[in-house]
Amino acid sequence: MTGFEGANFAIELLNVTLLGILFIVAIAIARLRSLFAIVMLSGIYSLISATWFVALDAVDVAFTEAAVGAGISTALFLAAMVLTSRTAKAEKGAMKILPLLVVVATGAVLIYATIDLPGFGDAMSAANTGVGMEYIERSKTEIAIPNVVTSVLGSYRGFDTLGEVAVVFSAGLAVVLLLGFGERSLGATVRREDRAEPKTKEGEGE
Amino acid sequence: MNGDHHVILRVVAKALIPIISVFGFFVHFHGEYSPGGGFQAGVILAVAIILYSLIFGIAPCMRAITPGFARTVAAFGLFLYAAVGFWALAMGGNFLYYDALFREAPGGHLGQHVGIIVIELGVLAAVAGSMVAIYYAFAGRVSEIRDEDW
Repeated sequence: MTGFEGANFAIELLNVTLLGILFIVAIAIARLRSLFAIVMLSGIYSLISATWFVALDAVDVAFTEAAVGAGISTALFLAAMVLTSRTAKAEKGAMKILPLLVVVATGAVLIYATIDLPGFGDAMSAANTGVGMEYIERSKTEIAIPNVVTSVLGSYRGFDTLGEVAVVFSAGLAVVLLLGFGERSLGATVRREDRAEPKTKEGEGE
Repeated sequence: MNGDHHVILRVVAKALIPIISVFGFFVHFHGEYSPGGGFQAGVILAVAIILYSLIFGIAPCMRAITPGFARTVAAFGLFLYAAVGFWALAMGGNFLYYDALFREAPGGHLGQHVGIIVIELGVLAAVAGSMVAIYYAFAGRVSEIRDEDW
């Protein structure tokens, strides 16, 4: 595909290596009890998935994964973590067997489903023959911007994106309504302090 | 700020935060030519703000960007996006039909470009505002993050 001898083998090797690292990180996350380490490892997991998405030529997805998965969710998990205890409780007895069975069954179903998936880069797959090709062909004359992903997200699928923005906004609104207002929130405290003492001096109380 | 406990962290962050913010705007305004767009840019800008509050304390951060401001920005972003849709409606097109924005002749692309830029601005504002608001809601519950918590 790339014109180099052995390039495909190198790409295969890269995919296997990245997926292997992902597997190891996932096992480590499942076995660890320290929440801080788990949060850090899930950030690493996102970063490695982003690298893998780049290897699969899905640059936009990789960028989003790196920004959202490794960036903002890690920061939000850290902020949530300091509100609770630092270690997870160890499960015992039947609680260990049942989830394992569920996970194995789900994994088996998913692997069975992959048999029907089209091969990677298959020109005859549903994603490459339907409306996607239409967008790629018409975007240049209808929208006239180079990045087809932006023209699909912003223009052809603008209504979907409006829904997504509404989802993000409602998620933020729900969290703020549950946690953010009221006397106990720091925002209220800061506002109250500012009102009581409009000019706070730097380095006071050192 | 007790002494020079996290001095390296602070010096590095002081240099990094402006670069992260500029990169966020680059991702936003370059979204038509390269990977990225309003969503990723909003997240990156929110990360810059959150990084500031993690390192320099959340109270100064809340004074600079108040929680109310973050919530307002988030609501404004969604409003801006929907407003483009209604603008197209008012000009006689369908909802979010950018070609109708300026009543161009067929073949003109001004409406598409303006429409995409404005809705991306809306996405940027909604995502950045929501993320900062969510972070404030979580982080605002504890007064100060102690060193042993890390």
